Amino acid sequence: MAKTDYDAIVIGAGSIGTPTALFLSRAGLRVKVIEAAASAGQGQNKTAIGGIRATHSDPGKIWLCTDSLEVFRHWEENEGGDIGWIQGGYVFPAYTPEHAELLQNLVAQQRKAGLEIDWISPKRLEEIVPGIIAEGLEGSTHSPGDGSASPLLCASEFERVAKKHGAEFAYRQRVTGIRVETDGTKVVETAQGEIRAEWIVNAAGTGADRIGEMLGTSIPLCPDNHEAGITEPVERFFEPMVVDIRSAPGSKNYYFYQNTEGQIVFCITPDPPLYGVDIRATSEFLPMVASRMVGLLPRLGAIRVRRTWRGQYPNTPDGIPIIARDPSTEGVIHAVGMCGQGFMLGPGVARLVTRMILGEKAEHDEEILRLWSIDRDFGAADEALR
Amino acid sequence: MSHIDRHPILSPPTGKTVQFTFDGRTLEGIEGEAVSSALVANGVTVFGHHPKDGAPQGLFCANGQCSRCTVVIDGRAVKSCITPLEEGMQVEPLRGRPPAPRESVLSDEVEKLAVRALIVGAGPAGLKAALELGKRGVETLIVDDKDRPGGKLVLQTHNFFGSIDDCHAGTRGVDIATRLADELKAFPSVRLWLESQAVGVFSDGKIGVLREGKRYALVECESLLVAAGARERALAFPGCDLPGVYGAGAFQTLVNRDMVPSSRRIFIVGGGNVGLIAAYHALQAGIEVAGVCEALPSVTGYKVHADKIRRLGVPVFEGTTIVSANGRDRVESVTVARADESLRPVEGTWRTFACDTLLVAVGLEPVNEFARQAESFGFKVHAAGDADRIAEASAAMFGGKIAGLNMLKELGYDVEIPPDLARTAEILRSKPGEIVARPEPPLEKEVFPVLHCSQPIPCNPCTSVCERNGLKLEEVFGNILDLPTFDSSVDCTACGKCAAICPGLAITLVDRRKPRPGFAKVVVPYEMNLDAQPGDEFDATDVYGNLLGRFPLLKVRRAKFQDRRSLLVLEVPREVAHKIAGVRVQDPEIILHEITPPILPETTPDDVIVCQCERVTAGEIRQKIREGVRDLNALKSIRVGMGACGGKTCGSLVLRLFREEGVDPHDVKPGTIRPLAFEVPLEAFAGKTKE
Repeated sequence: MAKTDYDAIVIGAGSIGTPTALFLSRAGLRVKVIEAAASAGQGQNKTAIGGIRATHSDPGKIWLCTDSLEVFRHWEENEGGDIGWIQGGYVFPAYTPEHAELLQNLVAQQRKAGLEIDWISPKRLEEIVPGIIAEGLEGSTHSPGDGSASPLLCASEFERVAKKHGAEFAYRQRVTGIRVETDGTKVVETAQGEIRAEWIVNAAGTGADRIGEMLGTSIPLCPDNHEAGITEPVERFFEPMVVDIRSAPGSKNYYFYQNTEGQIVFCITPDPPLYGVDIRATSEFLPMVASRMVGLLPRLGAIRVRRTWRGQYPNTPDGIPIIARDPSTEGVIHAVGMCGQGFMLGPGVARLVTRMILGEKAEHDEEILRLWSIDRDFGAADEALR
Repeated sequence: MSHIDRHPILSPPTGKTVQFTFDGRTLEGIEGEAVSSALVANGVTVFGHHPKDGAPQGLFCANGQCSRCTVVIDGRAVKSCITPLEEGMQVEPLRGRPPAPRESVLSDEVEKLAVRALIVGAGPAGLKAALELGKRGVETLIVDDKDRPGGKLVLQTHNFFGSIDDCHAGTRGVDIATRLADELKAFPSVRLWLESQAVGVFSDGKIGVLREGKRYALVECESLLVAAGARERALAFPGCDLPGVYGAGAFQTLVNRDMVPSSRRIFIVGGGNVGLIAAYHALQAGIEVAGVCEALPSVTGYKVHADKIRRLGVPVFEGTTIVSANGRDRVESVTVARADESLRPVEGTWRTFACDTLLVAVGLEPVNEFARQAESFGFKVHAAGDADRIAEASAAMFGGKIAGLNMLKELGYDVEIPPDLARTAEILRSKPGEIVARPEPPLEKEVFPVLHCSQPIPCNPCTSVCERNGLKLEEVFGNILDLPTFDSSVDCTACGKCAAICPGLAITLVDRRKPRPGFAKVVVPYEMNLDAQPGDEFDATDVYGNLLGRFPLLKVRRAKFQDRRSLLVLEVPREVAHKIAGVRVQDPEIILHEITPPILPETTPDDVIVCQCERVTAGEIRQKIREGVRDLNALKSIRVGMGACGGKTCGSLVLRLFREEGVDPHDVKPGTIRPLAFEVPLEAFAGKTKE
């Protein structure tokens, strides 16, 4: 392939693109990442709060996040850099008998899928999350293998190691067109010039549908907004990510954890969803999330909020991501529509994409590609525990 | 140490003395003063140690912006500079991370209100704008984070420049603040929320305000004015993170607002007006000033300000730059050096002077991110005062007035904005002009004023007060930038009004009538504590502070309209009378304790702390720049800008590092601005809301 500049061009240096560049370059491929922003992780990646769990209900997410967790968990010992990893586990407390039943059923399914998850007593939860409201508490899930890391540090680390393996990152370059030459070489056009490669990975996050259009492929994305915040640091006093799945006026679930710096990081899902790509913060968020968090764990009230922001979940209509070869153009892979879980799925997706390019296959790959295909029926029922 | 009990301009604090503890020690302070001030008044400089590396932490901004002064009170980490002292308070130093809280206190429901005009900042610009809105009965809300209106005016003990008609020239800033606040009381449509921070501007048209540190309000408005003032520009050098290094504004807050004698001897970096005035304020508070250094070849502030402190005995080192602040747990000395053309220290020219405090006064930056964000959210937003453009408070008052009129127009009022308003504001913002040669005093006359000003600045009060109308402006610029001259055809009565009003204390009077043979009387304005009796001798200097001799005091006069300025009447030899411009309050040779050999920093330039909140060094940032980072957001991976101040303090320092590494700062993506502007406890948002 003397006519190509690179083996693979990754479009987007975000949650998926950055680790994909890492695993492709580590496999020996010549990789170029093209990113419109000025540095890695500046799209929705940096708006993620950092939770990483394998305890999903969708099998694809379970498999890929399990794979991701391996990467996050051993990053520091393998690569030497700090990503702020904490294996604090996840808890989903239940405050109604209905939620207790729903969660317990899920625990059973997840255990069957090989996941490390238990149903714990209210007393045990109060030990793990000191000060959590006991009134009405029925019990909680607890998945001690899950954890969290800093998206900021991860983006920086993935890029560092990718570059070590020869990957190149081009920032402030926007893809303006894609064409295929007669010999099958893919040409990515930007205002700065043309780049040729054998493979293209579309990891453009909320902009992935625009890349799809360039190839005549429709990618059904409907991003919705979630708002998040971070507090000042305080001594660490609880370990897990706490997910409250109840609904309240104006919001569905919300979740929070304490990062390695001691800061509480939190996020809420507005109800009804706020569709669109407007990332400007609104005044509704803080009163809404604060009253719920302080209501659940009153100690949090004394901690000062430092900053808040809004980010998007690049959703698909059925809440399941898309990982697929482009239906019409050979050599193009879409790894898009991560539905707000791109950060935790990132390394797992990156490894899958790498296998696809190398022509390798792991145990569940075919099943994932079938479930997450681009030509599936997106009208299928919503997943139990997004 | 205790509080300043004698000050030539300000009254000593009168609050109730209360007891509190710090780290188990019982101390006394004044009820309601900032905890940080009470600590400093008790000689405490180290408030805690940073969790990252254990570095000592102390007061820095005194303005609630950074978090260096954090202490623990009732199990909670608080910024001591914005926490009022209460009887029996148990204050603990912060060791490592703040403790995990035990409980929270839910506040009232989130207050929601709509006003026609919202003004952020009750300083000179905000108050003037509010007056315009108030006059028309417009429903207006002003929010200000301090406990009294006036902004930085309340820290200004000196007389203002400008003109009397336009902007209260000749009046002290602190008195202007009171006057404006009193005027505002006549307008019931204007509400003033003190101790209230505007913490966030949101895309749904609302502004979040934290009231008294605990209650949260969401305010909607039809017209918004950001008059939030300025923040002090930081400087990175070895030792810049030592307790005892702080901004001139922090110093003025301690000394002039809280009357805390923060230091025994200070050194000031920066010869702009802020640094020069800080030296003056220090002397008024009885604090020695070891020197002021300015890296440029000459001071950039008004020459009259520099001359004023030179005359009082302050060494002014021009073309001299800071090398390091030295000391273990606080500043013990400062090392300076001659600056080369690129303002870097010249090898081998180091000098070290003993001092216990180093003030950084290297310029101001507008607090404009709030306005910029509001604008991007579609607010109708105006900016005035330093938040618009850095200038004197006189210009801020004008800018505020214009902004108020523009807001009225926007709200549908029929308003005519006289074009000369903008012209005057522009004149008041003028940088000082070139120094010019002045005419010799009219030595043929028996009585005459001597005008010691030689640099065009916007100032004319002397011409407004002369009984004989003998002082007029030259006609070079055709405005108040022109220098005054004395019309020698007029017979001066030595009434002293010009000497009493001149904001620069740059007018003396020579009276050679009824002399002892060979002697003359000279009237010298003076604003320091004064104990002298007739017959006591003063070291008199020329305009640049050179000693002319030691001369006896005949008497002290005071002008009715300027009751806190003394007019010293000295008896001096006839031939030096017109050269005398002032008297010393300290002897520069005694004040300047030079330490030899000079102390040089043991650390490399890469060890200098740039991001003080998160203690990130210049070396760590340079490394990232060399790796190719061109986005301030990407520096967050090494925690630059992730601290309490959100990068507001170190932003310009970081850009300077890019420039030093050969990167054009324009090629560097700025950091994303996100709410909140100020940290707010979650409980303040979580108040029970009515459903």
